[in-house]
Amino acid sequence: MTIMAVDPVLARRAEIQRIAQATDHRRELLSKLALLACRACLVIVLIPLVALLAYVVIRGASAWSWAFFSHLPTPAGIPGGGIWNAIVGSFIIDAMAAAGAIPFGIAAGLFLAESSGRIAGVVRLAADVLSGVPSIVVAIFAYAILVSHGIGHFSAIAASFAIGVLMLPVIMRASETAIRGVPGVLSEAGLALGARKATIARRVILPAALPGLITGVLLAVARGAGETAPLLFTAIGSQYFSISPTKPIAAIPLVIYQNGIQAYPDLVKIAWGSALFLVVVILFLSVGSRLVAARLRRVRSD
Amino acid sequence: MTDLATLPPRPGTAGRLRRLLAVPDGAYRGALGAVAALFGILLVVFVVSMVMQARPTFAHFGLSFLTSTKWDPVHVHYGVLVFLVGTLETTAIAMVIAVPIGLGCALALAFGIPQRLRVTLGTAVELLAAVPSVVYGLWGLLVVAPWVRTIIEPALAKITGGHGPFGGSQLGVGLLLAGVILAIMVLPTMVAISRDVLMAVPEVEIEGAFALGATRWQVMRRVVVPSARSGILGATTLATGRALGETIAVTMVIGNTDHLAHSLFGTTQTMASLIANEFTEATEPFHLSSLIAVGVLLLVVAVVVNLAARLLVRSVGRQRAIGIGVL
Repeated sequence: MTIMAVDPVLARRAEIQRIAQATDHRRELLSKLALLACRACLVIVLIPLVALLAYVVIRGASAWSWAFFSHLPTPAGIPGGGIWNAIVGSFIIDAMAAAGAIPFGIAAGLFLAESSGRIAGVVRLAADVLSGVPSIVVAIFAYAILVSHGIGHFSAIAASFAIGVLMLPVIMRASETAIRGVPGVLSEAGLALGARKATIARRVILPAALPGLITGVLLAVARGAGETAPLLFTAIGSQYFSISPTKPIAAIPLVIYQNGIQAYPDLVKIAWGSALFLVVVILFLSVGSRLVAARLRRVRSD
Repeated sequence: MTDLATLPPRPGTAGRLRRLLAVPDGAYRGALGAVAALFGILLVVFVVSMVMQARPTFAHFGLSFLTSTKWDPVHVHYGVLVFLVGTLETTAIAMVIAVPIGLGCALALAFGIPQRLRVTLGTAVELLAAVPSVVYGLWGLLVVAPWVRTIIEPALAKITGGHGPFGGSQLGVGLLLAGVILAIMVLPTMVAISRDVLMAVPEVEIEGAFALGATRWQVMRRVVVPSARSGILGATTLATGRALGETIAVTMVIGNTDHLAHSLFGTTQTMASLIANEFTEATEPFHLSSLIAVGVLLLVVAVVVNLAARLLVRSVGRQRAIGIGVL
């Protein structure tokens, strides 16, 4: 027995157990407190975001009416103005931007997914950096080549160009991720059948990557539709109804910005109503992209 | 040895289209390469067109464009220092608030709450990252600014004695509000990416630490966070990039004055808000080229910050989709 008691290993073990027991309570308490602090951070993050949405819904809904959606804007002080021209304007700007950015972006995503060299690496990094360039800087680019040169005045197409450039990197990276996720055996099966690369891309890879492609495109469109800064000196806004790509045009984000900073309650009300409309559209696109992707994946796996 | 593409086409336009699209491999690779080249050309035109239009300002004012605090279109003198400082100040305030809270939130989302809540709240945070900045600006100007003016600023002035950074008139709009709104805006980005980075830490390392008797907090602090350090730094840098370039929300809440803020409550401008405010009113040629020069400066800052951020985030998750929901 005495030999066991002086065994250095056992003595050390006993010492460790003693210290562990002494610190155990303190460590557990510290752990609980720290976790509580982390959860408090989560609440702190969610509170302003929930408050923001609540304000937009409450103040925005009171501005909604049939006239709000179907009328043109009225001068300050005259009630009854609407945002019909801005809804159409935003649709035209974003549709033209998407029409340019989607095929280009998916093709570039295909390039990124199918190449692994240094050039692909540079293109990938360039796309990542482009997605971090402030939208106001992209607006200057659109202004420089389409407003001060090119068309020569403010226009819907200049706004589309700016928005399209902002959509591009999102679509590229999402497409690349989606296409890389397609199992290699599928395209190898195509090769074994003697199909050409273009045929495999069109008939095998792109259909298989469709859920991811749709998610990427919808996310990009949601991002583009909410951008305001690129419209400031490209589309510039308008009180009139216009569908011409080469003329100044109204847009929802511009209505929110320009009416929101006015002192007239009527105009501020329209800004809140437009904000709710924009948030609904964007959340619809964002949630929709997830649902579509999830549903397509489930159908595929069945 | 029949190539699919050489089979006789079915009659009708669909067949003809199919035949047309079944291009040879070389042409296919060439077309993809051309798209990539076009993307490169787009970026080159981007940079060149901006630098060209900003050149008069750089040539005329030289280094004093960066060091002068006087921005005076009437006397044709342009210095960007005030706005550079304004940008750095708002970003600094935003990051001081957003980084600790965001990291805590990400830890809670990754390890601190039940599994089912994780997915729901995580998705909620990602969706909130999609709310447009103009909506944050509207809310900040019309809802938060009055709170800041009547509650937060008087309270801060009372606690601190109202000197130095907490002195001066209390307007609601200004540096403090801009920083707070920016913090709220970048938090979803910060949280979503940090959470992905934290969850990318190998399971075995975490289990190993638990097996050694570590508490949950010890596992997070000693194992998870150190292991995800470069990714968290990347998320922070990425959020910083967002804050530096954010335009419309800041323009709506910062007060837009052409001088340095005298205190946290003071009004000033950032580089981005300056461009947003003055671009359409710039009639004098140097004014426009100076605003574009500010844009070039913003572009340079954004590229440097983003290159750093991407390299950091990428070093963590080569195989995993980090932050795919918000990027």
